[in-house]
Amino acid sequence: MSQAITPTIRVQNVRQNRLQRKLWFFGGLAILLILASFFSDYLCPYDPYLQDMSLTKAAPSAEHLLGTDRYGRDMLSRVIAGSKTSIFSTLLLVGFIAVFGSIIGIICAWAGKWVDTLLMRMSDMFLAFPGLVFALAVAAVLGGGVHNAIFALAAISWPKYARLARSQTLALQSAAFMQAAKMAGSGTCKIIRKHVLPNIAGPILVTAMLDIGTMMMELAGLSFLGLGAKPPIPEWGSMMSDTRNLLPTQPWVTLSPGFAIFFSVMIFNLLGDTVRDYLDPKNRK
Amino acid sequence: MDTILQTAHLKKVFPRKDGEDIVAVDDVTFSLKKGEKLAIIGESGSGKTTVARMIAHLLEPTAGQVMLAGEDITNAGGAKLKEVYTRMQMVFQNPVDSFDPRCTLGDGISESLLNHGKSKRQAAEMTKNLLALCGLGEEFAQRYPHEVSGGQCQRAAIARALAIEPELVILDEATSALDVTVQAEVLDLLNRLQEDRGIAYLFICHDIALVQDFCDRVIVMHEGKIVEEGIPDEIINNPQQAYTKKLIDSVL
Ligand SMILES: Nc1ncnc2c1ncn2[C@@H]1O[C@H](COP(=O)(O)OP(=O)(O)OP(=O)(O)O)[C@@H](O)[C@H]1O
Ligand SMILES: [Mg+2]
Repeated sequence: MSQAITPTIRVQNVRQNRLQRKLWFFGGLAILLILASFFSDYLCPYDPYLQDMSLTKAAPSAEHLLGTDRYGRDMLSRVIAGSKTSIFSTLLLVGFIAVFGSIIGIICAWAGKWVDTLLMRMSDMFLAFPGLVFALAVAAVLGGGVHNAIFALAAISWPKYARLARSQTLALQSAAFMQAAKMAGSGTCKIIRKHVLPNIAGPILVTAMLDIGTMMMELAGLSFLGLGAKPPIPEWGSMMSDTRNLLPTQPWVTLSPGFAIFFSVMIFNLLGDTVRDYLDPKNRK
Repeated sequence: MDTILQTAHLKKVFPRKDGEDIVAVDDVTFSLKKGEKLAIIGESGSGKTTVARMIAHLLEPTAGQVMLAGEDITNAGGAKLKEVYTRMQMVFQNPVDSFDPRCTLGDGISESLLNHGKSKRQAAEMTKNLLALCGLGEEFAQRYPHEVSGGQCQRAAIARALAIEPELVILDEATSALDVTVQAEVLDLLNRLQEDRGIAYLFICHDIALVQDFCDRVIVMHEGKIVEEGIPDEIINNPQQAYTKKLIDSVL
């Protein structure tokens, strides 16, 4: 009996430890990225807007680690400064839609009846828009710019969270402990705060973590198409689009922001995967 | 003696998509006096839990009324309902599911105390006493529901139901997960509380021998209806209905 049990417990412990290490590793990298984007103003070795016409399209060197672009601006500084738009905006965006969507979802589950129907049909409407078309429409109405691109992305991505929070809350509502809380005299607000939120936070957090990479790509994509951040604001997507004709001759100018996007998206996606595995009860003791 | 609980023609129909509605409870009328111990017995699926949930205002009846101390509470809500829950509590059939997996047992037991104006300190002290009353050490206040056995969880659930000193406690199979000695202890405790505070019990149970020992009166349910009602000894020795006879023969 004990021989049959011990190996599975050991396997689980090993898996748990490995997951924990992975979590620390990717979490650490992600925090570094976020800190870098937050303090990007202080980290740039040069002014990312400073043009130096005597030193255009310079290859990477000791002074300019990633070279310079066609206006002689230091690429490393521009990539670092770009993290503010790319990473920080994405985090704000994902944080906002996760909170907003969850609130709507909980309201739907709690109120039911016509409130539920109305809000859910509205979310269906937003969900039915192809992202790019919607962003084009927003850009046409409100003009381009990174704020409007974020607005367009937020408008079409909150319904995912609303649906998730709604289904999770509905599943909880039939649980005996919710009825016990009601019989203990807890009001709606207290029940939501004490019993609903802690129980639905896990899946929402995982979705949000996995969404960071996707949103980063979408935002860069919109900027690449000229619907997001506009030059000279340093933003990775628009920097790539802006310099794409230099790819055959001065590849470092295009590839630096490209790799910045690649690595950031990868780190956040791997972190999201790890968090999901970590919260999975199957990997728990 | 005054009546504490009265139900009148309670009925619950669960609609089904294929048209064959389930009549879980049909025309259930009974009353319970203050300090009385009334048992409901019946086979699995006979509608016992459904009756309990309608009385506890957790499930809306299709028809009928529930009266608590002469007052119609069928449509109570808000503050009125909160007051009702200071007088009526329930121990749920599945004790582990009736505690939030993310809260400790202590949190669960003290929730009603905190909601009714006790300070954190008072509530913690009272929780400790309640646990002791139900035969659990104070360390159980810090445990999570998945960290205790079914029987321990059941005792914590009883402690929670007793916390705000209700006049009526609905016990839905509240002793089914306990072994014989602990069960005797818990029943002893319930008996003591009934004598001291005059608490009435609605005791839903499978075990006819237990009902015979513990309860003053028994209701036999079959397919949602009350088929027989009377003193346990009489019903067991002289069942009037074929169904009751079958039910008794199957255990004894
Ligand atoms: N939410 C529901 N939806 C549909 N049918 C239900 C629902 N709850 C209960 N029922 C049905 O109502 C009937 C009575 O169920 P109930 O839970 O009251 O039985 P019970 O007497 O408590 O049984 P047990 O002794 O097994 O706990 C059963 O046939 C059950 O399938
Ligand atoms: Mg039942």
